[in-house]
Amino acid sequence: MEKMVNVFLFGKKYEVPASLTIMTAMEYAGYQLVRGCGCRNGFCGACATIYRIKGDKELKACLACQTQVEDNMYVATLPFFPLVKQVYDIEKVTPSQQIMMQLYPEIYACIGCNACTKSCTQDLNVMQYIAYAQRGDHEKCAEESFDCVMCGVCSSRCPAGISHPQVAELSRRIYGKYIAPETQHLLDRVKEIEDGKYVELIETLMNKPIEELKELYNNREIEK
Amino acid sequence: MYKYTQEQLDSMKKVEATRQERLNNLFARMSADEKQKVLKENHPDYIDSAYEELKVGPNKGGKVLHELADLLQGRSRVLDMDLDLTKPDYDVDVLVIGGGGSGSCAAIEADNAGAKVMMVTKLRIGDANTMMAEGGIQAADKPNDSPAIHYLDAFGGGHFAAKPELLYKLVNDAPDCIKWLNELGVMFDKDKDGTMITTHGGGTSRKRMHACKDYSGAEIMRTLRDEVLNRGIPVVDFTSAIELIKDVEGKVAGAVLLNMETKEIKIARAKTVVIATGGAGRLHYQGFPTSNHYGATADGLVLGYRAGAKLLYADTLQYHPTGVAEPTQIFGALVTEKVRSLGAQLVNKDGEAFVYSLETRDVTASSIIRECRQRDNGIKTTDGEGVWLDTPMIEMIGGEGTIEKRIPAMLRMFGKYGIDIRKEPILVYPTLHYQNGGLDISADGMTTNVPNLFVAGEAVGGIHGRNRLMGNSLLDIIVFGRNAGKSVGKVYKNVELKELTLDHVKAFDKELKDAGLNPTKLSPQLLPNYTIQKDI
Ligand SMILES: Cc1cc2nc3c(=O)[nH]c(=O)nc-3n(C[C@H](O)[C@H](O)[C@H](O)COP(=O)(O)OP(=O)(O)OC[C@H]3O[C@@H](n4cnc5c(N)ncnc54)[C@H](O)[C@@H]3O)c2cc1C
Ligand code: FES
Repeated sequence: MEKMVNVFLFGKKYEVPASLTIMTAMEYAGYQLVRGCGCRNGFCGACATIYRIKGDKELKACLACQTQVEDNMYVATLPFFPLVKQVYDIEKVTPSQQIMMQLYPEIYACIGCNACTKSCTQDLNVMQYIAYAQRGDHEKCAEESFDCVMCGVCSSRCPAGISHPQVAELSRRIYGKYIAPETQHLLDRVKEIEDGKYVELIETLMNKPIEELKELYNNREIEK
Repeated sequence: MYKYTQEQLDSMKKVEATRQERLNNLFARMSADEKQKVLKENHPDYIDSAYEELKVGPNKGGKVLHELADLLQGRSRVLDMDLDLTKPDYDVDVLVIGGGGSGSCAAIEADNAGAKVMMVTKLRIGDANTMMAEGGIQAADKPNDSPAIHYLDAFGGGHFAAKPELLYKLVNDAPDCIKWLNELGVMFDKDKDGTMITTHGGGTSRKRMHACKDYSGAEIMRTLRDEVLNRGIPVVDFTSAIELIKDVEGKVAGAVLLNMETKEIKIARAKTVVIATGGAGRLHYQGFPTSNHYGATADGLVLGYRAGAKLLYADTLQYHPTGVAEPTQIFGALVTEKVRSLGAQLVNKDGEAFVYSLETRDVTASSIIRECRQRDNGIKTTDGEGVWLDTPMIEMIGGEGTIEKRIPAMLRMFGKYGIDIRKEPILVYPTLHYQNGGLDISADGMTTNVPNLFVAGEAVGGIHGRNRLMGNSLLDIIVFGRNAGKSVGKVYKNVELKELTLDHVKAFDKELKDAGLNPTKLSPQLLPNYTIQKDI
């Protein structure tokens, strides 16, 4: 017999196999999911969920698709949270601190409670990356926030009303575009292609009979 | 520590024992003949009983898997509806169906061209296969590489079946697409001097796999999403296209939309339509688990097919060699190929390597299936069987810290279940991963036989031939997504729509009946059903 546990979905009790995730437990209970389910694999942040184990003081947050059920788990999903995303033109922003002050001034109201970090479903140091953003250190903010799936749990716990994932998104784009070192070999190759340097080479290949291409393919040199 | 069975633990010991030896002596690559043999005997694409002949439609007489045939020849939802097409709820120049990477690229480029664009998507924008891509994206931008070498790798890897004009575009536009993404702010892995950190992928002859740690797709997708939102392009989420609308001249002219939550129907009139609905993993072909997102149900193929568009290579699927076999909670989830690019080997129950780690995907997957089914060298798992993927080798080769730095998502995914992939190998088995085939297009992105119907991304067939190399799909969604966006950005200007109609749907239904089919299954599928059916 498979081991079963009791979970409370939105307060209602269901008995489900202990091996399930919160997401598959909901389906087992009969919910046909539409909201709150995207990639089913920890990348999209659609399945943010809050839970408490009966008797525990601590409220925990997780991704429903990545978390196994436990006995006496009280579950509430958070399929949407009103994050604020400011609109900007990536071509016109400058890699400065001012941009944060303009677009997301509320980050300077952070009271340092660390509730964001404690609730992060990816175990990121959220408060730290907000501190980097405050200073306009986009590189560090981008690096520290890189694994963010933008589920929004941090923001739901924030007394200052910060939309952490959106702040980090801005920093990452600024870093990627303006601060990360330029790739010369990429620019060179794009130029060569624009100049038509490879047209003939590829066209010659395209016009070869399949048998000859097979020969070439099977004997091609492979970089170590 | 994860609760492995005793048999699994014993086998794991053998893997450890042979590690150093295997590191020093790499398993040899297969010859062309050996590859053919392992494919024929083991690859799911070669199992005849899984296939059936299509009885109606543009590919009548062609073969597809039963699950797809049921949908292509399924019953349209609009047949039971009384719809007024004369008062559309939306009226746009460009309707993009699907909020993944290819749809976002198409929307951005069409917006650039000045078109009035609207995107509809089944879940939220970014709830898509694109978000899940881990390994990376190919482009021949290093001095020892060239688009011609990329062409040969991809053409051979796809069994010489790609449409040459599409593949030409793919490889030739690749560097420019990387540059475009970089300029949108995508954070590629780079050295201090700006040189891209690139690795091999299965079937590449040069190290041209660009990555953003192992969140490559997520980093690209969230950047594209941010850009779509910055531009104010309307995104109608939780809304699926359930049928294409045409005008009386036979041009595509919009779509019937279904609100996934309220079931409300809306009509979108559009001068051009881009199908960017992605793959089909959630159809679970031949009972395989899948790495795909929740909404990957081949809808675009069904929409296009009923509107008269041809399919190309819809019979070939990609089974990724390394889906998770254990723990059961993440059964079928993807273990990125990058794990093998970084040096992890595939090993059987006795600790022996049995295949060169970076053969093309179909060959590697077939070798794993052979190892388990023909040779009985697999390891039993909760849901079936699997082989080891020896992850600790990565740090023996690349040094301590390599795993955390290069594949953090993998470390985290297994870490949640008490498995430290730096110290212990993991169990894997092939998982349904990618739809190689799809709708047939020309180089401008338009279907070959339905005017003004464009397709981009995984819903396209023919770019890669009969197998796709890792990293060429993220590339194709950018190249062909942008390409479709640019094309519609020109085409819409000269389109004059006539009266809208769904007669083609009725005609298709009549064809079904004439062929003796009387389907009850509604299609497209939209979502899989994982609940236990309770009749009330
Ligand atoms: C786990 C995983 C890892 C991968 N890793 C790599 C990699 O490393 N490198 C690589 O090159 N490729 C990789 N791939 C493949 C690649 O990511 C996908 O093929 C590609 O991103 C598909 O993009 P797309 O835009 O065509 O489809 P998607 O990104 O899937 O977007 C399609 C969108 O359309 C929506 N949709 C579907 N039907 C409808 C409908 N009827 N109406 C409205 N909307 C609809 C979907 O919900 C979705 O949002 C990976 C794929 C997966 C699943
Ligand atoms: S469904 Fe995407 S993170 Fe859980």
